Amino acid sequence: MNILTLLIVVPVLTMAGILFTKDMKSTRMVSAIGMGIQLIVSAVLVFMYLGARKAGASDEMLFVADYTWFKSLNIHYTIGVDGIAVAMIMLTGIVVFAGIFASWEMEYLTREFFISLILLATGVFGFFISIDLFTMFLFYEVAVIPMYLLIGIWGSGPKESSAMKLTLMLMGGSALLMVGIFGIYFNSAPDGGPLTFNILEISKIQIPVEAQRFFFPFTFIGFGILGALFPFHTWSPDGHASAPTAVSMLHAGVLMKLGGYGAFRVAMFLMPEAAHEQAWIFIILTSISVVYGAFGAIWQKDLKYINAYSSVSHCGLVLFALLMMNETAMDGGILQMISHGLMTALFFALIGMIYGRTHTRNINEMGGLMKVIPFLSVVYVIAGLASLGLPGLSGFVAEMTVFVGAFQHPDIFHRVVTIVAASSIVITAVYILRVVGILLLGPVKNPHFEHLNDAKWYEKLSMITLVLAIAGIGIAPLWLSNTILDSLKPIVEKLAMAVTF
Amino acid sequence: MSIEQFYFMRHELVLTLAIIILLIAEIATSDKNKKKLIPFSIWLFGIVTIVGFIPSQGGELFGGSYQSSALTDLMKNILNIGVFIIFLQAEGWLKRDETADRISEYFLLTLATLIGMNFMISAGDFLIFYIGIETATIPIAGLAAFDKIRSRSAEAGIKLILSSALSSGVLLFGLSLIYGVTGSIYFTDIAQTITSNSMVALGFIFFVSGMGFKISLVPFHFWTADVYEGAPINVTSYLSVISKGAASFIFVIILFTVFKSITEMWKPLIYTLAVFTMTIANLFALRQNNIKRFLAFSSIAQAGFLLLGILGTSDLGMSSVVYFVLVYVFTNLGAFGVVEAISNASGVETIDGYNGLYKTNPKLSLLMTLSLFSLAGIPPVAGFFGKFFLFTAAASSGYFILVLIAVLNATISLYYYLKVIRAMFIEKSENPVATFRSSNYMRVALVICVTGIFAVGFASGIFEIIREISSAFLN
Repeated sequence: MNILTLLIVVPVLTMAGILFTKDMKSTRMVSAIGMGIQLIVSAVLVFMYLGARKAGASDEMLFVADYTWFKSLNIHYTIGVDGIAVAMIMLTGIVVFAGIFASWEMEYLTREFFISLILLATGVFGFFISIDLFTMFLFYEVAVIPMYLLIGIWGSGPKESSAMKLTLMLMGGSALLMVGIFGIYFNSAPDGGPLTFNILEISKIQIPVEAQRFFFPFTFIGFGILGALFPFHTWSPDGHASAPTAVSMLHAGVLMKLGGYGAFRVAMFLMPEAAHEQAWIFIILTSISVVYGAFGAIWQKDLKYINAYSSVSHCGLVLFALLMMNETAMDGGILQMISHGLMTALFFALIGMIYGRTHTRNINEMGGLMKVIPFLSVVYVIAGLASLGLPGLSGFVAEMTVFVGAFQHPDIFHRVVTIVAASSIVITAVYILRVVGILLLGPVKNPHFEHLNDAKWYEKLSMITLVLAIAGIGIAPLWLSNTILDSLKPIVEKLAMAVTF
Repeated sequence: MSIEQFYFMRHELVLTLAIIILLIAEIATSDKNKKKLIPFSIWLFGIVTIVGFIPSQGGELFGGSYQSSALTDLMKNILNIGVFIIFLQAEGWLKRDETADRISEYFLLTLATLIGMNFMISAGDFLIFYIGIETATIPIAGLAAFDKIRSRSAEAGIKLILSSALSSGVLLFGLSLIYGVTGSIYFTDIAQTITSNSMVALGFIFFVSGMGFKISLVPFHFWTADVYEGAPINVTSYLSVISKGAASFIFVIILFTVFKSITEMWKPLIYTLAVFTMTIANLFALRQNNIKRFLAFSSIAQAGFLLLGILGTSDLGMSSVVYFVLVYVFTNLGAFGVVEAISNASGVETIDGYNGLYKTNPKLSLLMTLSLFSLAGIPPVAGFFGKFFLFTAAASSGYFILVLIAVLNATISLYYYLKVIRAMFIEKSENPVATFRSSNYMRVALVICVTGIFAVGFASGIFEIIREISSAFLN
């Protein structure tokens, strides 16, 4: 069996296995084993991919498999991966694995929770391995819809309205996306011949520029909504704040990356001319996202809201980088996706664990946690430092690459927006350090906090997995960066050709 | 004409035979044993359904008044499957003491309407078409008023018969105008001679209005919600799935064959109807609390989506409509089945009443969720594929803005479908519907629906077969 199909089969089998479990312990055990296997499969995939590239495989996508599904409409189940997809799959594997352990104590409707969570993960894995737009869209919706139940049932605060808002906005995004996909499909054979949903085949032809102009905004905004593009980001803070820990981790860590990934893989790659023409609008919007998100985070008192706004800012930077459309910036954008995915997952895991102990997420009610829960606190500092871009951790590598790449554009417009976006680094430092100061340092404010327990083994496992990944990218970024760069080449080339045209 | 040719009519003939057998059985059974008629009728109809699947060559009878082809056979089979599921679901409702004396009436009336629908689908001229549509409508009014002790049920029957009478009048007027212009009632003759002029346009508008009543398109939908709410749930599901499905089938056939040469004239009309139907039905559905009214508006909205397939005006358009109805049969009957099971067990028919249902009846809640997701068009269930192909058909004619309106409407519809899911899974309730075990017949029906909801989407072969049959029919 193709290793990529295994990425779908393992979660499906895990869900089936969970159906037969009786109590909480066996349920979480089955989930952990299933997602552990999934993590191993992802890691094996990474090594197989690197091995194949080393052996000289020069195809754009590797491990391609193609099954005809709806013959008359030329809909296929086509899968394959390049370096970017492999990196995203590895990220997903790590975050899902950590997410299972972060929700180890889930007592209410345990089976249903893990099934929904793994269903969401299945959608994400499926999305990243798809080459066919139909399959991709199908998996995209599979990933979005369990969110409603996950937030609505297991969430906190105004969970029903947050869940509804999130689901409707994201489904609205997929509505735009659907129109975009139809636009691509019906223009995929301008010289006659069968229409196709296959991304690689479409990338070989040129979609008529008129059609591109019309359909590019649909596709880009459709994906952009999931990537928290300003002004369509409003689902994100409420949704993340209400969601249970593992769901916030998975959603901010992985699901929002679907937006960024789709935006360049589908919208920009297939419609490069329109991407060039309209990039300026979206660059302005993403610059607003970056700065606005960072400012938003300063004013928040709820830990989850702080991190949710920070995600808006960081995900804005992903789209910003991709829209710069040169090799360095796009490389940075993808690094930022992975780095932010890990970092924000770690943040949300920590917030969940702190909340589980203090029963408050308001930073003003907390203080001096470093003394009582040192392990959690140290990890929080690490996550914070990664987020504000300290060298040696993943955030630095990503942001540095983005801004260097963005500044390569010689014109005033690009330089100004780069400077504006770069100012977010300073604002990020403000809110991160402020939170660290209030939350962790100083005297213990609440006497009840004196007796808090530090992290348990499963919490440590969850966090160490993420911290290792963050430090790994920070210390040795080149292997990842090179893998991504190789795969970016055809995309950047296609975008560059569009300019000379 | 030889005897073998009657084989083309096997759907109608077998149904007639079944009705005669039922009439005899009704006389032959004593009052004590009336309840045994329920399983008897169900299995009798099971045989009818199976006979329908025996393949045959198509052909025409009575000088072209009756036409049979692979497509009409397929449509009748889809309806048969739906009716079979509805019969299975009816068992729990019919065996109550207050309806025990009317069991055979239920089956007779239903089968009579089904014969009408079959003739309607196979019609080769407007006369047979009209007779079919009337035969299909009048007995339903009796069915809607079946719970005659409930005044709402009687009211539903009267509303249905009055609005059908009006719509039939409108329809006939349209047909007479078209007859006046073309000088023929035969589909093939009209298709050859019809040209777009103002008289034809007028006749066509009346024709579409009449059909609009049957399919309940906005603005001809006013009877729908009241009748759906008043009628017994089983009849409501029959109305919303089988009647509507049959009317959509013949509507598509007539538009694609008889009015083929004036396609450009009717496209804007259908376009407008589609936009209004989807949008207005969705907006009304948002505020419903009665689950039957809710499903009524949802089914009006679904009819609006169906018009998108018609705008495809190709074999893709036709196959997407037929496929969507097939998906809709399983999906909507799944939802109605759950509503009926709950209503039979506890009498609850409001969305609020479903609060906390997952705690007490997890399987029914999951089934309802699946059905609602399928109605909303969420993958990986069949409704997603159904909607996707409808939209593909509309996009293939270049109606991208309409597709956008439709998908946005699908998103709005998700809001009210999620409202039911929220009630079942998230809301807590002091006194939720008590745990119950539905009858075996209902269980079989629901299992068929779930299988359909999953299988029809993933098994691409089904769509491919429909596509082949449709293109064979149109060429």
